[in-house]
Amino acid sequence: MVVRDIYAHIAGIDIVRAGQGEFYVLEDNLRVPSGVSYMLENRKMMMRLFPDLFSRNRVAPVAHYPDLLLDALRAAAPEGSDNPGIVVLTPGMYNSAYFEHAFLAQQMGVELVEGQDLFVENDYVYMRTTQGPQRVDVIYRRLDDDFLDPLVFRPDSTLGVPGLISAYRAGNVSLCNAVGTGIADDKSIYPYVPDMIRFYLGEEPILKNVPTWMCRKADDLKHVLDHLPELVVKETHGAGGYGMLVGPASSAAEIEAFRAALVANPDKYIAQPTLALSTCPTYVEAGIAPRHIDLRPFVLSGHDVRMVPGGLTRVALREGSLVVNSSQGGGTKDTWVLER
Amino acid sequence: MLSRTADHLFWMARYTERAENTARMLDANYQLSLLPQSDEYAELGWRAMLSISELSGVYAAGHQGMKSRDVIDFMARDASNPSSIVNCLRAARENTRAVRSSTNSELWESLNTTWLECQRLLAGGILERDPYEFFEWVKFRSHLSRGVQLGTLVKDDAFWFMRLGTFIERADNTARILDVKFEMLEQRADTSAQPFDYYHWTAVLRSVSGFEVYRKVYRDVITPERVAGLLILYGDWPRSLAASIAEVEQLIGRVAYGRASETARLAAQLSAELRDGRIQNILKGGLHAYLVDFLARVNDLASRISRDFLVPLAPPKPATQTQSGESQTQTQSGESQTQTAGVAVR
Repeated sequence: MVVRDIYAHIAGIDIVRAGQGEFYVLEDNLRVPSGVSYMLENRKMMMRLFPDLFSRNRVAPVAHYPDLLLDALRAAAPEGSDNPGIVVLTPGMYNSAYFEHAFLAQQMGVELVEGQDLFVENDYVYMRTTQGPQRVDVIYRRLDDDFLDPLVFRPDSTLGVPGLISAYRAGNVSLCNAVGTGIADDKSIYPYVPDMIRFYLGEEPILKNVPTWMCRKADDLKHVLDHLPELVVKETHGAGGYGMLVGPASSAAEIEAFRAALVANPDKYIAQPTLALSTCPTYVEAGIAPRHIDLRPFVLSGHDVRMVPGGLTRVALREGSLVVNSSQGGGTKDTWVLER
Repeated sequence: MLSRTADHLFWMARYTERAENTARMLDANYQLSLLPQSDEYAELGWRAMLSISELSGVYAAGHQGMKSRDVIDFMARDASNPSSIVNCLRAARENTRAVRSSTNSELWESLNTTWLECQRLLAGGILERDPYEFFEWVKFRSHLSRGVQLGTLVKDDAFWFMRLGTFIERADNTARILDVKFEMLEQRADTSAQPFDYYHWTAVLRSVSGFEVYRKVYRDVITPERVAGLLILYGDWPRSLAASIAEVEQLIGRVAYGRASETARLAAQLSAELRDGRIQNILKGGLHAYLVDFLARVNDLASRISRDFLVPLAPPKPATQTQSGESQTQTQSGESQTQTAGVAVR
């Protein structure tokens, strides 16, 4: 149904190191993972500020990411388009990730479009240019499914393109990532990923999952309620560090509020042990101090699966905090992979 | 290039040019208002300026009387006036921000700095202290932005659409500046004030940077006919109607790639009329009537340019919505509304 059978052309896998130094996959981001521009800009800044560090260490470069991304997007083009028209679809300049959308479009040399720039005719997608309509074959969309096409999803969406899904069904345009990939971001899908790897690939997962209690199961819910002050509880649809409880860092009142929510709506929640996340020396107001981090490498799937040796390291800037999301005041760090 | 991108660049240039011309117009009127004269006549100057800018209604809604300070304040920084200098500079900056990746960082930096600096200057009381200095500053920043365009940008469609915006706006504004003064003369009961006319017409010339040009071209005393001739027909001088429309004609040719033949034809026709025009013939039918017709034709060209290449004017009002995605909020851009609001004014 989709070109090369690839649904998630761009994936961002959040990885943490905990306890004795073992790595865990914390969550998968297959809908519209963001943050790669920080990886690129952080590196550029570090090279400018600390050139001597780079001359003393063999740091593997990451600056070719946009090139790999362009290659993956070209590989997603429907058959028959030799020189595919590729665009980045953004919700617009008021989106918090707009900088990244503009940055990637510019780095790849493709147009940055909004929904109003595109239209569909006879199941083909075109963009409005000063020289008339121009065919679009691949859309790197930074817009959630719900807003893509008002004829199919939210009818009040002015960010999308009427008829887009019809063109997509006809196989005349590729969406990267495909519609529906966001299901993998759902935290109640996450516990099944190791089983999926075993079933579909016949392999053992290399990276562990964090043990997860699914509150919709009665036994799991009971365990979670009994151990609430020790656990991290997350909404299954949550993102951005919103709507979560970090037991050990919460007041009795916060814990009781979550207990009530859990009992009322167990389906909406999962729980995990509070991991002792690794830390990294971080420059904060008080000087250099340890702060918790996680790592999001970006995985591109086109002709083959490719990554740049690096990723987005997110850091919780507040002392003791385990929440690294930028929407919760988290920061980012340059991430090095050293070549031998 | 993307129509919306071209549209933003076109409007960026228009707003920059409009800010400059508003500063020029205010400057001329301000200088005039300092001359010894009756209060009625001083008010007439401001009234005519507001009327020709189609802003009398907006002004009347928030003000009583026609004090220089009030009008300058209204035209320079009033948020309710969509064509105030502050709103123009903001719109220029916002339009560039929307398409940052399609211009270069020097242009963005210059417009962004202008916007930030403008707020700082106004907060520091520059309008109360020295309006002249503020008007000079606005002109200078416009020169700077144009200099960055000419000195650093690739000569591609993006650049041509910017230029198109500049000259459409300039043709419109110069025509209005000229019209405002002729209207004042016609409204004035006392026609005997000859020496005053000298200051009146030099103010017009200075407001379009044309005083020295006038001296060079005519080497003669200042008369309304010659002033009109210079502003309308003198094609070698870049602020004249003839020069602006000649640029518009050429620029449409550059971006059309064989399309938009009717728009190109109309521009060529208007340009030819200005090239071959005689000021005596124009004055015979009445200058005001001529300028009203000219403004309508420029406005028509601007709408045609929007329809043929850019985002058609007055799009359906987009609803605002938010969505929580992966730590991001998606909001409908309100840019096109900002632009059309600007168009409706002039």
